[in-house]
Amino acid sequence: MPRITVKVDGISYEEDVEPRMLLVHFLRDRLGKTGTPIGCDTSNCGSCTVLMDGKSVKSCSVLAVQADESEIVTIEGLSSDGNWHPMQRAFHEEHALQCGYCTPGMILAAIDLLKDDPDPSDDAIRQGLEGNLCRCTGYCNIVRAVRRGAGEMGVTTR
Amino acid sequence: MTDTMSEVGRARRRKEDARLVTGRTQWTDNIQLPGMLHVAFLRSPMAHARITRVDVSAARGRPGVVAVFGGADFAAEQGSLPCAWPVTEDVVIPDHPPMAVSEVRYVGEAVACVVATDRYKAADALDAIEIDYEPLEPVLDMTEALAEGSPTVHESGNKAFTWKFAQGDIGEAFRDAPVVIDRTFVQQRLIPSAMEPRAVVAQTDGDRFTLHSATQIPHILRVMLALTTGIPEHRLRVIAPDVGGGFGSKLQVTAEEVLCLLITRRLGRPVKWTESRSEGNLTVHHGRDQLQRISVAAERDGRIRGVKVDLLADMGAYLMLVTPGVPLLGAFMYNGIYKMDAYDFTCTGVFTTKMPTDAYRGAGRPEATYAIERAMDELAVEVGLDPMEVRRRNWIKHSEFPYTTIAGLTYDSGNYEAATDRALALFGYDKLRAEQADRRDRRDPVQLGIGISTYTEMCGLAPSRVLGSLSYGAGGWEHAEVRMLPTGTVEVVTGTSPHGQGHVTAWSQIVADALGVPFEDVSVIHGDTASSHKGMDTYGSRSLAVGGIALVQACEKVREKARQVAAHLMEASADDVEFSDGRFRVRGTTTERTIQEIALATFAAHDLPEGFEPRLDAQATFDPDNFSFPHGTHLCAVEVDTETGATTIRSYVAVDDVGKVVNPLIVEGQVHGGIAQGIAQALFEEAVYDAEGNLLTTTMADYLLPSAADLPDFVTDRTETPATTNPLGVKGAGEAGTIAATPAVVNAIVDALRPYGVRDVRMPCTPERVWRTLQNRALQNRALQNRALQNRALRNEEGASA
Ligand code: FES
Ligand code: FES
Repeated sequence: MPRITVKVDGISYEEDVEPRMLLVHFLRDRLGKTGTPIGCDTSNCGSCTVLMDGKSVKSCSVLAVQADESEIVTIEGLSSDGNWHPMQRAFHEEHALQCGYCTPGMILAAIDLLKDDPDPSDDAIRQGLEGNLCRCTGYCNIVRAVRRGAGEMGVTTR
Repeated sequence: MTDTMSEVGRARRRKEDARLVTGRTQWTDNIQLPGMLHVAFLRSPMAHARITRVDVSAARGRPGVVAVFGGADFAAEQGSLPCAWPVTEDVVIPDHPPMAVSEVRYVGEAVACVVATDRYKAADALDAIEIDYEPLEPVLDMTEALAEGSPTVHESGNKAFTWKFAQGDIGEAFRDAPVVIDRTFVQQRLIPSAMEPRAVVAQTDGDRFTLHSATQIPHILRVMLALTTGIPEHRLRVIAPDVGGGFGSKLQVTAEEVLCLLITRRLGRPVKWTESRSEGNLTVHHGRDQLQRISVAAERDGRIRGVKVDLLADMGAYLMLVTPGVPLLGAFMYNGIYKMDAYDFTCTGVFTTKMPTDAYRGAGRPEATYAIERAMDELAVEVGLDPMEVRRRNWIKHSEFPYTTIAGLTYDSGNYEAATDRALALFGYDKLRAEQADRRDRRDPVQLGIGISTYTEMCGLAPSRVLGSLSYGAGGWEHAEVRMLPTGTVEVVTGTSPHGQGHVTAWSQIVADALGVPFEDVSVIHGDTASSHKGMDTYGSRSLAVGGIALVQACEKVREKARQVAAHLMEASADDVEFSDGRFRVRGTTTERTIQEIALATFAAHDLPEGFEPRLDAQATFDPDNFSFPHGTHLCAVEVDTETGATTIRSYVAVDDVGKVVNPLIVEGQVHGGIAQGIAQALFEEAVYDAEGNLLTTTMADYLLPSAADLPDFVTDRTETPATTNPLGVKGAGEAGTIAATPAVVNAIVDALRPYGVRDVRMPCTPERVWRTLQNRALQNRALQNRALQNRALRNEEGASA
């Protein structure tokens, strides 16, 4: 069984994994990182989105072995010192979640989106989040939240 | 209490969010228990077949496999999955074994299972199970299923029931009617698609059983599982932890819930099953799937005389929890918001070899609203009126409430004029009509269409006596308990079971007002039959309109108890003690006690009124007298590219009236999500079976849920006409958006294409379907023209030869 070294939410792990094990199952079943949920088996829903070396990936379409030597950030590692990331706050403020199942993936995808386009138009947000499905909200408030998050992140990094 | 102080009505950010945005969630699939085993199900690849051989022996030896079971292994104890809604006396409720034993009747039906030490090993071993099938003919089309000589799903035939309802003289209404609209609409089959797949964890200590399930109905489930499995109710605890959406799909007693309980009982070890999305698309109950014939008789001026409805409803292979009742929830709604003298409704439930249908957001009411709102547009064209004008001429006027409709429901309140005027203004109706005329004149290949939906619905399920008269197997009350704790904070136990609706927040707002305590000082317990012993759960837009009222009543009881203690401590008569902002004050004095002081004094119990039980808690069970009737006007503008068939929603305006609002943010969210699902039915979604009965839309790549890129921003607003049937004045809000949106969108598309002779487009109105509809119309138009030319030529010849 291959051994992988991976940093998840700031903690280093060294684990033996079956070659076929999906990253999302590694996170959930092996590390107990259940903040990242699974919504499909065809890489369509985006619920499982995490940041891998800073880029958003669907962790159901990455093998755990492919994450060897990488750094993963899940929704659980996003706040620092108990302070929510501006995007987490924005989702809360704009009521951009109902059941919350899509939310971790949505927040991480949004953060990644802003890396390329720090001040996206509504249209760009909608296109950028195309790979993340939400069945509850109808997306209006998600778009608002991403806009608000973008504004706050701009302010805090400037 | 002044309005500025009031919690009810405030756009409170949700308490639920802290957990959800940080990933500290408790989805059922998160649960890991010591020694836990994983279950994987083998499912029928055939739509209809006899099972002739099951051999699980090879799978038993596979690595990590603890047990393998076929249907015969459970035959003696698995019972039949329940149908709680026997809609007629002669309804056929076929035996529905959780695991098929001798015959399979839809693709995806469970036929065997592996129990193993991890989910990968369980899935691996499924390959080693051998099952032989003797194929039987599938039954896929409802009309054919009812025809003589059709192969049958069950021995008894393909008809489950016929249910009829009639009011007024329908024959008279249609006799010599100046205008008759007669249309058949197809309500395609839908897959509810909550983002959280189903999951079940079952465990036992040999005496007591605990079932975690991603369910909307922990309380109902407990009763039903006790009846199905024989595990006594008092030894069975059902927990709905965090649940990731339901939309009706988790209002079910599923085969997997029953089987996981039976497996844990057999093996004495905890077991978990989590479905994959493909498994879910096959086996989570589907929604809609009706063939609707609607006839409207009207006067030349557009006034409706009567409506006649003939429905075929696809039940799928079995009747599940409320399968046969779903179309009947629409039976009282085909008259919509309109006045008429006669109404006639017939529904026949039909068995096919497909996944059973059951509740999906709106359940029966979206179908009804679709049919009448589509028909209203057709009527408008027929009588040459603007579609809004024809609605105005027929709808119940604000001054006429309360109004008893032809279907026998009493709409307590409503103001269709106000909601419509507001919507028209936000939408810019006249301007859009002018642009439409212009595009028509210019023969613009991109045509503009305007769709209207003026809807109402019955929700807040429901008065128990009404449910009883409809043969439903349970009541429609809801329960709440309110406990003031010694330190003055409040614990609420609710029988509702939220899965995204924000009850923790909304209930906190209600209690904060009723007891005068801070919003932050209220916590809400739900979804566990051990801590919330009594409830009817969450569906049918009932939680606030029924559960919220139970909560108000429980708070009243607590307040009255506290008043007695306060009066005693302040040496006053209870009648002289006023309550406001959490303080009891002796009228006309400055002597006062806070409710928190009373809570502590009650806990200490040193000095209480004679005979007073030292407790500041109360329970209440509320059974409504009536449904609630939210309503509204939705307007949709679409651009349809007549060359490609592509539809783009240009603007969408929704003005809803859900009565008084506890939290406008939550209501808006419900409306947004509802509209999205309604639009999705109109434009994108359809569960498709092939000619052999295989589901073709098993993945999210084939069954197209809209993404953010597929939907526009919605403009939403509200009018507020309080319900008169409950003390909060609230109406249900969870389903309204879905109910309203579908006809608004399709009306808009058909409106865009009217100049081309199009009178209907079947849902989902995909570009291909719109394009084909246009091509067919063009062909027909050409054929008509040719015939006219030929006739003219013929006449000319005749004239010449004469
Ligand atoms: S779980 Fe759906 S994309 Fe990964
Ligand atoms: S909030 Fe429920 S799926 Fe997005």
